[in-house]
Amino acid sequence: MTDLTKLTLAQARDGLRAGDFTAPELTEAHLAAIDAADTLNAFVHKTPDLARSQAGFAQTRVRAGMSPDLCGIPLGIKDLFCTEGVPSQAASRILDGFRPPYESTVTTQLFKQGAVMLGKLNMDEFAMGSSNETSTYGNAVNPWRRGNDATPLTPGGSSGGSASAVAASLCLAATGTDTGGSIRQPAAFTGITGIKPTYGRVSRWGIIAFASSLDQAGPMTKDVRDAAILLRAMSGHDPKDSTSADLPVPDFEAMLTGDIRGKVIGIPREYRMEGMPQEIEALWTKGREMLQDAGAVIRDISLPHTKYALPCYYVIAPAEASSNLARYDGVRFGRRARLGQGDGITDMYEKTRAEGFGPEVQRRIMVGTYVLSAGFYDAYYNRARKVRTLIKRDFELAFADGIDAILTPATPSSAFGLGEMVDADPVQMYLNDVFTVTVNLAGLPGISVPAGLDAQGLPLGLQLIGRPWEEGDLLNVAYSLERAAGFLAKPAKWW
Amino acid sequence: MAIDTDTARKVAHLARIRVEEERLPALAQEFDAILGFIEQLNEVDVEGVEPMTSVTPMRLKRRQDVVTDGNQQAKVLLNAPDAREGFFAVPKVVE
Repeated sequence: MTDLTKLTLAQARDGLRAGDFTAPELTEAHLAAIDAADTLNAFVHKTPDLARSQAGFAQTRVRAGMSPDLCGIPLGIKDLFCTEGVPSQAASRILDGFRPPYESTVTTQLFKQGAVMLGKLNMDEFAMGSSNETSTYGNAVNPWRRGNDATPLTPGGSSGGSASAVAASLCLAATGTDTGGSIRQPAAFTGITGIKPTYGRVSRWGIIAFASSLDQAGPMTKDVRDAAILLRAMSGHDPKDSTSADLPVPDFEAMLTGDIRGKVIGIPREYRMEGMPQEIEALWTKGREMLQDAGAVIRDISLPHTKYALPCYYVIAPAEASSNLARYDGVRFGRRARLGQGDGITDMYEKTRAEGFGPEVQRRIMVGTYVLSAGFYDAYYNRARKVRTLIKRDFELAFADGIDAILTPATPSSAFGLGEMVDADPVQMYLNDVFTVTVNLAGLPGISVPAGLDAQGLPLGLQLIGRPWEEGDLLNVAYSLERAAGFLAKPAKWW
Repeated sequence: MAIDTDTARKVAHLARIRVEEERLPALAQEFDAILGFIEQLNEVDVEGVEPMTSVTPMRLKRRQDVVTDGNQQAKVLLNAPDAREGFFAVPKVVE
């Protein structure tokens, strides 16, 4: 039999329906791959018993000829999603031992359709990071290496475990979440596809909150078709999330025609950053040519407030995080610090949070506390919210001008070595999100598509940004780009 | 503007995170780097611009004002580090 872990989600779906193999066989193949890949540290809580029982049940549905797309498909779930009875701790020590008594809306929808959960995936603590190095579980490792150099590389972050697992064929697809680039940057670093949908497309209920006005979940997959399938399954209105949109969810896969003739693609001049590596620049030019060859109209555009997106994000995201993470107080769930004789309730809060949160999370909570504190609220927080309005307006003007999608690099570099940024200023790490963060601030859909390798043999991605609610069109442009780029490289197995 | 150790101490307390005295100068320096980066926002002309309240124009949905949930005491307490007699337990709060 062929190696079932090498299939795409779409191929696996079709193979299951055709009876070429069974859901339990598909699940067993992936469970074995996971057990052989502990060095990647992608799966941090394995759920083989649950997976086997879900696969068995899925097979009866397949046999009855009543299987939705995801029926019997083995997935990895980011640790940020609450999964009933299964550890869900946002890669934080403060949620040690937490087992949610409820299921997130996204995983509920996936399981209803028969998806199989293989386990929970590593990530940056509370999704705060761009390298998966802030996790309480330790680093996730990128299956890609620089040629024969064995230096362990980051899979990116925050959805680093999801990216590593999909790139290493440990699951057919994974869920991720994206607050400033946390799906698209790791997808680019690992040669896979990742889409952050329009804000409100996917319910946030049961996903541990970081910055509620920016957080969106989305699929991380082997190709664009798989992203279309999984996105449809994750999307939809949810009465439990008041910001989830009550809009019909189209059949995104059916919209993948590959025909993008006449589509107008904008190239924003402000994304040409000073000091940007030549390879990124060249890839961007190549992407532009590929879309043009496919019949799209390329137009240079301006998004003048781009430069202010990162500083704006680093006010808004920490502000919202400081509020969201106030709930971790050692009272209702998670871990409480050991208290000394005579310690009062404030000692309990302060010791619990000092022990439970890692340095990056502490830093962001405190920055958020500062920008929201009396006397600074207007100068920082309100000003950032006004700049956010301007950033969104830049995109609105471009779309009103006839632009259908915008092409940019996904990241300013390829994957870097784990530990290489340890001594860097926190702001240096934040620059990883320079091309992706605007999309969260404007609430738009954005997709990262692998488009080439750099001189070290590492994958590079291009990002496409679409109009709100038009993920179908965006996926179709991405599909056209994917076909033109013909990116088929896989990491050589060393783990 | 420079963040001093007194400000760092105050912010840590507001955030209810214990920071040891010797860590405060380094923390103040980190704040300084991040806030220095954020200062760029002062270059933007925001005169007459509305601060964003919602990224997609939406009216929050309303629902019937009825009880939809409840009677889940055991589940609510399930993950508490210290639960006694149906309550969350914390150190003494009032003298």
